[in-house]
Amino acid sequence: MKVLVTVKRVIDPYVKVRVKPDGSGVETANVKMTMNPFCEIAMEQAVRMKEAGVVTEIVAVSIGAQQCQETLRTAMAMGADRGILVETDVEVQPLAVAKVMKAIAAKESPRLVIMGKQAIDDDSNQSGQMLAALLGWPQAAFISKLEVSGDSAEVTREIDGGLEKLTIRLPAVVTTDLRLNEPRYVTLPNIMKAKKKPLEVVKPDALGVDVTPRLTTLKMQEPAKRGAGVKVADVKELVAKLRNEAKVI
Amino acid sequence: MSTYSAPLKDMRFAIEELAGLSEVAALPGHGEVNAELVEAVLGEAGKFAQEVLDPLNREGDRQGARLSDGAVTAPKGFKEAYRQFVEAGWNGLGGEPEYGGQGLPHLIATPVQEIWKSANMALCLAPMLTSGVLEALRAHASPEQLKTYAGKLTSGVWTGTMNLTEPQAGSDLSAVRTRAVREGGHYRIQGTKIFITWGEHDLSENIIHLVLARTPDAPEGVKGISLFIVPKFLPKPDGTPGERNDVKCVSIEHKLGIRGSPTCVLAYGDRKGAIGHLVGEENRGLEYMFTMMNHARLAVGVEGVAAGERAYQHALEYARTRVQGREIGQRGGDRVTIIHHPDVRRMLMSMRAQTEAMRALAYFAAATLDKARRHPDPAEKRRNQSLLDLLTPVVKGWCTEQGVEVASTGIQVHGGMGFIEETGATQYLRDARITTIYEGTTGIQANDLVGRKVALEKGATANAMIGAMRALEPTLASAGETYLRDGLKESVDGLEAATHWIVRTHAGDPRAVAGVAVPYLKLFGTVAGGWMMARAALIAHEKRKQPDADRDFLDAKLATARFFAEHELPKALPLAREVTRGADSVLALAPEKF
Repeated sequence: MKVLVTVKRVIDPYVKVRVKPDGSGVETANVKMTMNPFCEIAMEQAVRMKEAGVVTEIVAVSIGAQQCQETLRTAMAMGADRGILVETDVEVQPLAVAKVMKAIAAKESPRLVIMGKQAIDDDSNQSGQMLAALLGWPQAAFISKLEVSGDSAEVTREIDGGLEKLTIRLPAVVTTDLRLNEPRYVTLPNIMKAKKKPLEVVKPDALGVDVTPRLTTLKMQEPAKRGAGVKVADVKELVAKLRNEAKVI
Repeated sequence: MSTYSAPLKDMRFAIEELAGLSEVAALPGHGEVNAELVEAVLGEAGKFAQEVLDPLNREGDRQGARLSDGAVTAPKGFKEAYRQFVEAGWNGLGGEPEYGGQGLPHLIATPVQEIWKSANMALCLAPMLTSGVLEALRAHASPEQLKTYAGKLTSGVWTGTMNLTEPQAGSDLSAVRTRAVREGGHYRIQGTKIFITWGEHDLSENIIHLVLARTPDAPEGVKGISLFIVPKFLPKPDGTPGERNDVKCVSIEHKLGIRGSPTCVLAYGDRKGAIGHLVGEENRGLEYMFTMMNHARLAVGVEGVAAGERAYQHALEYARTRVQGREIGQRGGDRVTIIHHPDVRRMLMSMRAQTEAMRALAYFAAATLDKARRHPDPAEKRRNQSLLDLLTPVVKGWCTEQGVEVASTGIQVHGGMGFIEETGATQYLRDARITTIYEGTTGIQANDLVGRKVALEKGATANAMIGAMRALEPTLASAGETYLRDGLKESVDGLEAATHWIVRTHAGDPRAVAGVAVPYLKLFGTVAGGWMMARAALIAHEKRKQPDADRDFLDAKLATARFFAEHELPKALPLAREVTRGADSVLALAPEKF
């Protein structure tokens, strides 16, 4: 079966993020970028399923600027068979991602779409759910286990207070949580091979999708600096402070 | 504690702009090489180094390797990390495609080496030695020998070692005593070798020793030494490791640094003699060894760069977080991190400027090596070979001496905490300290430079390089870089005068030249480093004009180049004076008067 995996290009988690001086967003120019860690987990899952003989073809999809080709090359070095870049320079919001992916799913007819549960830049955690809704497919978000058998998949979801086990019909959309797997290191021979794998570039227009942002960012600013702490004498004082000053209990 | 992060921007700048990636990519056999490949390879290597190798570095130093009953156990985590290293195919980066390698140029392999050595020098000595063994075998071994060993050494499933030194034969290998006696199709080896890095360990399923030894009827001196392959386990006909050979690790050294790597004393032939196979012809071993030694010397020079970079990152992190005192010249106000203090800034700038200059020169040499190997035009090939021959002792000698200095400055940035082992700055200095010694001490490099590389050809290549440096002067002036122009000009004058003195004096008084060879090497490195920084500044000026330029990086490059011109290049003049006027006093006091 064929799977689609989305891979987003984000600021490297080791980089200290800075807000742009004009407050319009965070500084991304000339900052080290990498594949979103949740997307790496999604890719790893697909590769493991291919190694297990469950999956026959992995198509990696990225949406964004031309530089996302690097992220797709990484995905192909991890094991994707080919890549599709939906190239646009506008800020792509979750609904736009879902619409683009719906159009790609219509073209590619995958049995499964594996996405990261969220991207570490905007932490939206919406695209997977929206895509499932638009496609009318079953969805399982935050999965930590996935086993496909025949026309359905057994998944374990990480939910508040425990784990939820579900059986979903295929085709379906799943989004990955941290515990699903530990992504492998890309090997040097695979980096070399990835250069030769096909990478298709399409524009959102060609897919009939309007990716114009619908939400406007008014202002981006650094969180307020944390003030100095205070030492409390005993539990009684702590409780009093939590109740009267912090008003959290 | 700091976490190593590969300096990808500066590496790419040095590769693409200073060393000339496009020229290397145009060489036959390097069609796949381009900036995207460099980015992908360096990016993944940096990630592996940061997440797997660097976290083991400190513990490796603390634990050290352990010897028990002839078997050496690497520090905890090393075996697993090496397995991952091999599985990810990193060992074969520069290896021949014929044996499963990726055949990438030295211009990519060298920066990747820097990444490994910055993250974990002790562990990454093993793959460096393996590639040295491969280099020697590729040039001189028989097709059958290559068939048995090259594939496994390229993948890293087996590792390699270099067995040159004996207690009485260090820098002077003519004193080698290990014996090799022919027995049918092979030889029996007997003797003791010392200082064998990764000579015994549990990382790989087999260890292939390259051993220098004498046959019974060999002539005295360096012309009577042969080279042998002595595997720890004799390969079976199917290529898998078989019977244990008669070679044993009898002790490992207690060392100042690189403690995570075992430095072994190997006893050959305790029982019947270890089985060894001759490489090439008898009595030509030293010549064979030297084919790989020049390559190994560049690789050790890169260790100087790596040590400087790692020490810089560590010191920078501390300077950014340690709060102490207030801004100089201000009354009151908040206490500040020490990076606000001018002297700390000076130290950080000196570490940064020296490291960037070393990196540029080392990568430039790597590109020269690629061109010397593969350039289709014989004249260009020869020109690059001469340049490489000249640069090799400079990169080895100067980058390692500077690496030690930078690592020492790194400790100074930390103040008292720097002297404490737990702070982590000491290891970089202790690890770097070997680099000015092994693969030929700085003194040996300097003698090679003044003798074979400068005097022998009457300074031809050195003067051509000086000419290239001078050619930059007008461009520097028109770019408004007068400090750089003046700094470079003054130091080039000094280098030229010292070079003339070397050429003039060498024929009549080689002892005088040898007495000031090290200052000459340092002079050469300083000026060549300044040349690279001046080129970097000019390129930065040009690139700044592009609309999508990385201004932060380019402005920092300009600031660093100017710092080098004002703080490092002025050191050239006293060095030049030391060369041209200092020889007499070196030998003024006779040995018995000491």
